[in-house]
Amino acid sequence: MTYHAKPKLHHPSLARNAVGLTRRDYEGKVSTLCAGCGHDSISAAIIQACWELDVKPHRVAKLSGIGCSSKTPDYFLRNAHGFNAVHGRMPSVLTGANLANRELLYLGVSGDGDSASIGIGQFVHSIRRGVNMVYIVENNGVYGLTKGQFSATADQGSTSKRGVVNADQPIDLVGLALQLGASYVARGFSGDKQQLVPLIKGAIHHRGAAFIDVISPCVAFNNHAGSTKSYEYVRQHNEAVNRLDVIPCRSEISVEYPEGSVVEVEQHDGSVLRLRKLAAGYDPTDRAAALNLVLAHDSRGEVATGLLFVDSAAHDLHQHLNTTEVPFNRLDAAVLCPGAAALQRINEGLR
Amino acid sequence: MKPTDISKPSYFHKVVDCQWACPAHTPVPEYIRLIASGRYADAYMVNWQSNVFPGILGRTCDRPCEPACRRGRVEENNGEKPEPVAICRLKRVAADLKGDIRARLPRPAASKNGKRIACVGAGPASLTVARDLLPLGYHVTVFEGDAKGGGFMRTQVPRFRLPEEVIDEEVGYILDLGADFRGNTRIDSMKALLGQGYDAVFVGSGAPRGRDLEIPGRAEAAAHIHIGIDWLASVYFGHVSAVGKRVIVLGGGNTAMDCCRSARRLGGDEVKVIVRSGFEEMKASPWEKEDAQHEGIPILNYRVPKAFIHDKGRLTGMSFELVRAEKDARGRRRLVPTGQPDEFHACDEVLVAVGQENAFPWIERDCGIAFDDSGMPVLDPQTFQSSLPQVLFGGDAAFGPKNIIWAVAHGHEAAVSIDKLLNGEPTAERPQPAVEVISQKMGIHEWSYDSDISGDTRHKVPWASAEKTLKSIRVEVELGFDQQTAWKEAQRCLNCDVQTVFTPKLCIECDGCVDVCPMDCISFTANGEEPELRARLSAPALNAAQDLYVSASLPTTRVMVKDEDVCLHCGLCAERCPTGAWDMQKYLFETSKAGPACRTRVPTGEPA
Repeated sequence: MTYHAKPKLHHPSLARNAVGLTRRDYEGKVSTLCAGCGHDSISAAIIQACWELDVKPHRVAKLSGIGCSSKTPDYFLRNAHGFNAVHGRMPSVLTGANLANRELLYLGVSGDGDSASIGIGQFVHSIRRGVNMVYIVENNGVYGLTKGQFSATADQGSTSKRGVVNADQPIDLVGLALQLGASYVARGFSGDKQQLVPLIKGAIHHRGAAFIDVISPCVAFNNHAGSTKSYEYVRQHNEAVNRLDVIPCRSEISVEYPEGSVVEVEQHDGSVLRLRKLAAGYDPTDRAAALNLVLAHDSRGEVATGLLFVDSAAHDLHQHLNTTEVPFNRLDAAVLCPGAAALQRINEGLR
Repeated sequence: MKPTDISKPSYFHKVVDCQWACPAHTPVPEYIRLIASGRYADAYMVNWQSNVFPGILGRTCDRPCEPACRRGRVEENNGEKPEPVAICRLKRVAADLKGDIRARLPRPAASKNGKRIACVGAGPASLTVARDLLPLGYHVTVFEGDAKGGGFMRTQVPRFRLPEEVIDEEVGYILDLGADFRGNTRIDSMKALLGQGYDAVFVGSGAPRGRDLEIPGRAEAAAHIHIGIDWLASVYFGHVSAVGKRVIVLGGGNTAMDCCRSARRLGGDEVKVIVRSGFEEMKASPWEKEDAQHEGIPILNYRVPKAFIHDKGRLTGMSFELVRAEKDARGRRRLVPTGQPDEFHACDEVLVAVGQENAFPWIERDCGIAFDDSGMPVLDPQTFQSSLPQVLFGGDAAFGPKNIIWAVAHGHEAAVSIDKLLNGEPTAERPQPAVEVISQKMGIHEWSYDSDISGDTRHKVPWASAEKTLKSIRVEVELGFDQQTAWKEAQRCLNCDVQTVFTPKLCIECDGCVDVCPMDCISFTANGEEPELRARLSAPALNAAQDLYVSASLPTTRVMVKDEDVCLHCGLCAERCPTGAWDMQKYLFETSKAGPACRTRVPTGEPA
């Protein structure tokens, strides 16, 4: 946290992207989170990903609920649309906004309290319905705003800062998302932007419910020995199953990889997710295998990270509901009110 | 790369670009902060300790600090034209607004130590020696050919740039320390001077001879051709009070600029500067060129003087060969004729300001002082001693024409040499600088320096109206900043002396500093060799003149690498750091002056 606005001066080599913006143009206000908070690194990763993908900030809607994580949309994409919902209710607001205007990029930012406790019902249904969105959970396993109680994602047996042992089973949001039919499921670590930025970029390119669980250490309340969500623990137990490169449809693929070491998944928009395999024989398009892998790592106390599952052929909520292609705000009176003759026809059809 | 040794005084000193560039190592950010807080007298004293003539230098300094200023690098691509902090003019603010500081100056020594020093010439170098040695009890005799002290500053720098009362005041501070000043006393024999039994002799007699231009017509038209520095002195002494209507000034240095602007004020309606080299390569400071052009004086470049054209001794004009710059096979620039016909410029008078030379006709070549082939004394570049150890040289007399600030720096070093010499210590052992490193942390987000970065572009110094200044040679052109503008300009200073100090063992590698740094200067990455490492940082570190700060290896085996080049010293890295691995620490560096500190070595401070 700081009291000063970040100076406008920037490095002389700062580059502009295809829409004429520098990375600094994707920033927001200066963060008021605790110094060292993993969430700030996730904000930086979102900024980097959006800049690299030439996203127009005014075509983004960033939505969040309540909590440390849900404050962060204020700290990136200052020119995007924003909605700070009631605790745990971000998914339904996002779903509604998405139905009204399918042309925006929907970025839901939530935390483990917001999504795994008070808002779990909202979370599961937005995933289940296949809302076209990027849903990021900034997962620190602790209630930071209320000074460090265990959250629902805290691992059984891990200890609080004061030494209390957590007896409850954790909710694994990745496992839940896989079961509920999310079509892009990844896990990252706030301390590894090289991995996280491509995961966010891949999610932005994905059509359907893209879910990213990002382990994000809480420096104030959950970064001690005994925590399984500390910088040190995650670094020691991080098992990256693959490394992702996101290749926009326009660019040529030039790098050669040894046979069998790379899996490429083409998404609906023509972009290619290239997964450099780190775990032998891992198939990221096999949902059951992904679940198995996550559970197996979990049982060993390891944290499986990377792009765990992707279904590039997935349909989203709009296709399920056969909605209009045109956003509501561009439907004119003639379309919305087709006249008495049309009404007559409908009524006839119902007789 | 090996971890950076930040305990070496030069490491952080180099980060303070302005102070590093200043020959006298004036702690610039320190006095700018004092100006910002309205402590003008304190700011003046910080300057006075280092550079002796803050009021004079605040108007006339060649400002080596300003091209070095980090602000001029970080504003690139951010403003229309990147500009450094107006360091020099802020110095003047301290001098203008300081009030009466006489009570804070050292007093004449209560008791003399019996050692006698002779200073030849009363210019900035000699006066610095006198100032450093007088309070220590030395008896210092200053010989000056003119009636008053000040040397070149008084007789060659014109009054519209430097009012005489400023010279009187600052020269007076030194002479009032108990100097034995002998005005109107020109030394014409070194042998005779050495015969008077001085313990040490310091030669600070400047580079008093203006270079001449021996081309056809020079002798015939001599009455209308003047050597620039002699002419400026004649103007000062009142021997010259008018000049012809059409004046050509030859030369591209600051003396040429002083000549043309003086001529403009003495009746020269049509004054031109004509210079051999290109405009960009001229030796004059950019602002002096600007000032001349602002007064309607054209500067014509790439013209080599060929002849003075005269009509039976009456100068009618000059002819010039037109040239252009070309690079030869070895990449050196040289001027080649364009082949166009020579150009004629009509004029009534010519001022020749094509350089200065040293002249020591008064030093007998058999008195034990060795001279080299070019007629310059052979000196030890550190101690300023000649081959006669008790005879030292400084200022323009030492290594040829430079600027006041260099003369001051020489004076300090020569005073150290004299003090050590006369205390039986080896002069080659130079004293360590005094270094102080203090954390600026006050609270969680509070620093004892103003860390906020001003977005202002450089503020202009107001000028007196042209019609007023061009009427009289005595009206000062620049008016100096007022308090409010001075405050705003002071805010542009980045406080580069408040250092980012990194403690690897506290770092948890959370990336907080990397994310918040506005300049992308911090990276956590695998170590490597410097050229390769520079290319793969968060932002490429392309300025090889600026160091990389490399930490010891961290738990993930990576290292922290910080590019010092464009750091704003805003302290955001330290504010974002959860463990205090980053701290902002003020680094005060002071060269040791003559006195006990230079004799008994002082330990350097302990940078944490």
